[in-house]
Amino acid sequence: MLAVATPEVLWWTLLPLLFLSVGALLLLTVASIVRHLPDTVPQAWTVVTGLVTLVACVPMWQEVHDTGPRSTLAGSIAVDGSTVLVTALLAIVVVAVALLARPYLRREDLPGVELYVLLMLSAAGGVVMASADDLIVLFLGLEILSIAVYVMAAFHLRRIESQEGAMKYFVLGAFASAFLLYGMALVYGATGSTRLALIAEQLSTTVLVRDGMLLAGVALMLVGFAFKVAAVPFHAWTPDVYEGAPAPVVAWMAAGVKAAAFAAMVRVLVVSLGTHASDWTPPVGALAVASVVIGAVVAVLQTDVRRMLAYSSIAHAGFLLLGVQASDADGTAAVYAYLVVYALLATGSFAVLTVMGGEGDHAHHLDDYRGLARRRPVLAGAFTVLLLGQAGVPFTGGFVAKLGVLASAVADQGYWVAGIAMLAAAAAAFVYLRILVSMYLEDAEVVDGVTVSPTVPAGARVVIAVSCAGVLFIGLVPGPLLTLTRDAVPVLVGN
Amino acid sequence: MSVFVQIPLLAASPGVSFAVLPALVLVPAVGALLVVCLPRRRPELLKLVAVATSVVVGAMSVWLLSGFDVVHGADVQFASTGTWMSDLGISWTLGVDGISLFLIVLTGVLFPIALLAVDPGHDDRAYYGWLLLLEAGVMGVFCALDLIVFFLCFEVVLVPMYFLIGRWGHANRAYAATKFFLFTMAGSALMLVGILAVAFLHAEAVGGPVTFDLIAIAEAQAVDATAARWIFAAFALAFAVKVPIFPLHTWLPDAHTEAPTAGSVILAGVLLKLGTYGFLRFGLYLFPEASHFFAPVFLTLGVVGIVYGAVVATMQRDLKRLVAYSSVAHLGFIVLGTFALNTEGIEGGLLQMVNHGVSTGALFLLVGMVYERRHTRQIDELGGLQKAAPILAGVFTVVMLSSIGLPGLNGFVGEFLVLVGAFNAHRWFAVVAAAGVILAAVYLLWAYQRVFHGPAEGDNATIPDLRLREGLVLAPLLALIVFMGVYPKPVIERMEPAVDALVAHLEAHVDGFEEPTSQFGSEVEVGTNGHGDDQHDHNGDHGSDH
Repeated sequence: MLAVATPEVLWWTLLPLLFLSVGALLLLTVASIVRHLPDTVPQAWTVVTGLVTLVACVPMWQEVHDTGPRSTLAGSIAVDGSTVLVTALLAIVVVAVALLARPYLRREDLPGVELYVLLMLSAAGGVVMASADDLIVLFLGLEILSIAVYVMAAFHLRRIESQEGAMKYFVLGAFASAFLLYGMALVYGATGSTRLALIAEQLSTTVLVRDGMLLAGVALMLVGFAFKVAAVPFHAWTPDVYEGAPAPVVAWMAAGVKAAAFAAMVRVLVVSLGTHASDWTPPVGALAVASVVIGAVVAVLQTDVRRMLAYSSIAHAGFLLLGVQASDADGTAAVYAYLVVYALLATGSFAVLTVMGGEGDHAHHLDDYRGLARRRPVLAGAFTVLLLGQAGVPFTGGFVAKLGVLASAVADQGYWVAGIAMLAAAAAAFVYLRILVSMYLEDAEVVDGVTVSPTVPAGARVVIAVSCAGVLFIGLVPGPLLTLTRDAVPVLVGN
Repeated sequence: MSVFVQIPLLAASPGVSFAVLPALVLVPAVGALLVVCLPRRRPELLKLVAVATSVVVGAMSVWLLSGFDVVHGADVQFASTGTWMSDLGISWTLGVDGISLFLIVLTGVLFPIALLAVDPGHDDRAYYGWLLLLEAGVMGVFCALDLIVFFLCFEVVLVPMYFLIGRWGHANRAYAATKFFLFTMAGSALMLVGILAVAFLHAEAVGGPVTFDLIAIAEAQAVDATAARWIFAAFALAFAVKVPIFPLHTWLPDAHTEAPTAGSVILAGVLLKLGTYGFLRFGLYLFPEASHFFAPVFLTLGVVGIVYGAVVATMQRDLKRLVAYSSVAHLGFIVLGTFALNTEGIEGGLLQMVNHGVSTGALFLLVGMVYERRHTRQIDELGGLQKAAPILAGVFTVVMLSSIGLPGLNGFVGEFLVLVGAFNAHRWFAVVAAAGVILAAVYLLWAYQRVFHGPAEGDNATIPDLRLREGLVLAPLLALIVFMGVYPKPVIERMEPAVDALVAHLEAHVDGFEEPTSQFGSEVEVGTNGHGDDQHDHNGDHGSDH
């Protein structure tokens, strides 16, 4: 008899992954058996799955905090603070998107179950990315996440923009995945392993006489990551997809996909390739500067609020890269804090957009926001908080987030990068001001003697209220978040 | 939880029974929340709560004045510290010394007046809420002794002011509000980088943990001189936009003109002082060497501002715009005094900050009253108002003369000290600046003549005179104008120790710098101690450079 050596499996580390993927598959099975499923069932199921995943994160966090990070499944999955934090974040965003999705699907008269299934699968992919301890596993996670999102982006059957955006996203995304995979192959060639821990060990003990292959690999991986986080010059898909995709899906893309991609990026670059930081920080810094500047400046030229927020999300990606290029614990902690805050800002903002879209999901022009303060004062007030947060105004979470990444950049002597980023942020403020001007200082267009006021479904109310409260709370009492993210700095685990 | 803001109920200062500074910041903020929770259909109730809140804050600020230890005016008093972002070395460190004391009192006094004077007309709830939040932010700026807390408050005042201009302003308000927000936000963008840089470089140099404590960083002066000059430039840009210093002033006429009356009063009276106060506290004190290095630039721009503001004010057809440009000139005086880098100059500048707040605040109130009566601010369309409204005209005269700097009124004391300081330091700058005083007389007297004298035609002949409520609102300002003109000693003696300490700090940390006092030795003894003839050449050099 041949004894097969099976790797040790720490099942508790896989719980979020199992919850999300099993939840998705169960829902898919049930929905294909039961003919007329009321549309509240898949929503409730997704919300419950998300909440259960979130709850599972609490003991995991305790365990990791008390006994240290782990590596399991023969070094393919790592569990540390960052894994748990990103998992929890993804779970929260899943719940928020599920809350937004049902009224949206009903309003647009779209069949719904698949969206929830894809959402949970995509989140499972995100969890894999955040916990990958091996390049191959990371790639698997990325593909699970991405393919689900490609379909979700095309989910609005009757809007040609939705199809167009999804097509662009898919084609360019496939290219980016190929770049990433090629980069991984080259890094494997240069170091002899795909496991992050072994790559780091190899690079810290061996001096590569000719490191061309490694550098090429890192560069190609950088391209792949930059595409996923929508950094300039790999951002071209963003405005079209944000404009075309259903607004709840955009909320997931902005908050969830970005968080997962940054978690993976930080793990690969800072943790695994930290010894070669001097090679990759300059290009990451360049990506950061290009993203903040282009994102802010081009956003000013837009008149569609979705495109404005798309470009502003590019600028936010630039700020996040600022924390990555610091390549130290402070910078990484700042990136995670930024991700949490941005997840709140993005879900809240796109929740407002979901509501504002109106039937047909096309009322996204700046003029559609005119006089909103008079028609829907509370909605306008909430959007104001979120926009001011995105602008980084003090006493909102946005400021705390920006302060962290800027501090890490300045501590790293990146004065110019930080200065340019701040000037770009001031330019970006103009974008948010334009929306504010439209909402508060201009009168609504009167169509046939009546002004149209958007209805705000209960789910969207919850999402908007929670994100606003979170943004203000973090702005006033940033201590808990900062402590949390300091504990969530990813570390090299595994043997 | 230790992460929450902890406000010690017993402050460290002896003789103070509660933490008055956190209260100065928190009471208006809580008042704003309270106002927002009230029913929107009860404007009189909203106003009552808002005014009561600001009166409480004003009372606390006046109480601060009485509790202030004159002898130790240079020391930080009423200090209180609360932990905040302790991971990053940020804490709520608040304190008052002779430099910030009167600006806090000015803020405390002007807000109730601005709130009482004018009603918003619509959306009362939001209006009062924003005004109270603005007060909280301004108080935070003047109390903060932590660089990040200072920056937070410095930035956050933009939001209430943006909405005040944008929602309750005049015709071109959206443009003015956006311009105001973007100018100031862009200006202070680099200051945050500067704050982070100075804190990290300080921590590196002294080998301790990162701290944003102003006093620790300023007293150590551990940052390398070249870096300090760069960082000072980043700070100075933010303050120069806020002051505003020529040529960064273009947002000011728009913002002042389009803002509602209360907004203009606060903007001119208090918000512009954030910049000049910033120069003193976070320029001269934090970067003495760099301030000395860049002083000629600011002296020049200050004098340019004085003359430019006055000339442009003369040309204005809009009464409110005229007052706005007069602010550019007045703030030029403050900058000139500040960068004279001697006791008289800085003290004069500081005094002028308070004076300008009182006089220009009153002027904007009066212009607002004229506008309310005639619904126009165009000087051409006004005329002969004196006949129908003699009391209004009389009050306007006093306030205008104070703004011109007539001896016996408050403006004179400040301008005189600034000119003495500037004369001792850089004679020719003072000579040119003195011309600005004459120009101020030209544009204000001419405007007065056109608005109040001459034949009254049409509606101008029938306007109502000053009402009791308006009179009551203006009375405290008039009292201050006369009091500070006749007997400025109580103010100056509270400022002086802090200003002396600041000048001593400059002397200690700038190589070869001694306070430029009288150049004539004992013949003209203005400063506390004449440094004699050896100063002569040194100062002469500076004067001839520009």
